[in-house]
Amino acid sequence: MKYKGISHKFGDHINTDEIIPARYLNTSDPEELAKHCMEDADADFMKKAKAGDIIVAGENFGCGSSREHAPISIKAAGISCVIAKTFARIFYRNCINIALPIMEAPEAAEEIENGDLVEIDFTKGIIKNLTKNKEYTAKPYPPFMQEIISKGGLMNTVKEKINS
Amino acid sequence: MGMTITEKILAAHAGKEFVEPGELINCKVDLCLGNDITAPIAIQEFERIGAEKVFDKERIALVPDHFTPNKDIKSAEQVKVLREFAKKHDLKYYFKIGKMGVEHALLPEQGLTLPGDVIIGADSHTCTYGALGAFSTGVGSTDLAAAFATGEVWFKVPESIKFTFNGKLNKWVSGKDLILYTIRQISVSGALYKSMEFHGDTISGLSLESRLTMANMAIEAGGKNGIFHVDDKVLEYVKKRAKRDWTVYESDKDANYVQEFEWDATKIQPQVALPPLPDKGVDVSECTDITVDQVVIGSCTNGRIEDMREAAEILKGKKVNPNVRCIVIPATQEVYMQCLAEGLADIFVEAEAALSTPTCGPCLGGHMGILAKGEKAIATTNRNFVGRMGHPESEVYLSNPAVAAASAIKGRIAHPEEVL
Repeated sequence: MKYKGISHKFGDHINTDEIIPARYLNTSDPEELAKHCMEDADADFMKKAKAGDIIVAGENFGCGSSREHAPISIKAAGISCVIAKTFARIFYRNCINIALPIMEAPEAAEEIENGDLVEIDFTKGIIKNLTKNKEYTAKPYPPFMQEIISKGGLMNTVKEKINS
Repeated sequence: MGMTITEKILAAHAGKEFVEPGELINCKVDLCLGNDITAPIAIQEFERIGAEKVFDKERIALVPDHFTPNKDIKSAEQVKVLREFAKKHDLKYYFKIGKMGVEHALLPEQGLTLPGDVIIGADSHTCTYGALGAFSTGVGSTDLAAAFATGEVWFKVPESIKFTFNGKLNKWVSGKDLILYTIRQISVSGALYKSMEFHGDTISGLSLESRLTMANMAIEAGGKNGIFHVDDKVLEYVKKRAKRDWTVYESDKDANYVQEFEWDATKIQPQVALPPLPDKGVDVSECTDITVDQVVIGSCTNGRIEDMREAAEILKGKKVNPNVRCIVIPATQEVYMQCLAEGLADIFVEAEAALSTPTCGPCLGGHMGILAKGEKAIATTNRNFVGRMGHPESEVYLSNPAVAAASAIKGRIAHPEEVL
């Protein structure tokens, strides 16, 4: 799995209320949710973001509520990958469970700047900043989580289990 | 090497003698829960993979509490999804309007969350039940869907941090202040992925309500769970209500903690967390110049009877400031009835506060008290993020019920002593 896109940079502790405000949670339709992705962190985000782009953030990205609407809105907005110094734990497992690629890479998250062109080899855990010509390695996933992601999410593994 | 209470509960539910931090395990769940925001996605995922049967119709709780009573057509449609799923699968614990309450106040009352349980909920404040000596944690909708089908959930065993509070609490200081103080010390990511275990003579002296408040906000420090040991207060509460058997676990003396904090509780004053993060705590005396437009007393954090009594003690015989809207929300029907029986309802209404049926409503900016641009609220809720209670340019300050009630009278953030 390889991705290439422009970086949109955010700070520390971006919470799920900023990613998808509760005023839009009376639906779970991904397309509806995508329209408001990151709205309270950057009201113009959806005007700037293009399919394939990448979110780069600081510590504790996705803290707060357990709402899966947050990673769903990011995925449906066409964001290919989220890189952060650290992720909040419910957000982290939600991303794995719905197969939204995320990478914990503190150095990359610190140094990549807004607007840099970034190339990611998700399988190998390699992040390349093409604008600055610099390469980083992300923390590898345990095989158990890799399996969930490669099967397209947790429910596909559950489907195999209940059908076996 | 010994194990912590969290490690022991997880080991028992994974069918293992021993687990250690970092280990990935599959656990059986004793209860899983969802609400009107998170369960519709779980139900959709459950049906998408063609699952036909839930793992146990007595171990799933569905509580429509966030946008209920239904605030608009879309919300009504979401609740309908829960109701129909509950009916189709003959779920024993679906709580309609009139029986429902704010989930994390309701389920302990119903005797569905017990010592030694593993509980997951598609709501981040599911960590509340740690006050009863359970391992409970928030997950997303897909995890909930998987649990509906299999009765299992995957976990990475967390490292544990030990927090010890000793000494007698000052007047008007309660569990809310201890947890706001804790988050202030360690930051909103200070317990990221970790278990927060609370100890000390201050904790032994705390009411169960105060412990529920503390466990509830473990997530605001990034914690996976907050947990307390089971004592007579817990057993007395549980015995009257339990719908199942339970098991009491204790941390071993030689259990391993990655960090230990010990604080003198006698030095802690009522805390206020300034916007926009719960770790921006200050002593209430440092922010009494901040005027407020709205006060909210309620939520899964502070909507229990002790909280209502504390607010009523302050509001009795007084009026809410003419510039303030004060909204009081007992968290469950049982708390609501107790407010009526004890005369607290009269005190609130006579003080010109609005007394609401149970709902999460304003806490997450859903309904029943939304802030306009530039407005400020002090609330007994759990989050003061940007736009949490309404307009992105509104502000939320977090406090205990006594400080919130005093602020309602003064029209600005106030120490309870200022109005008595």
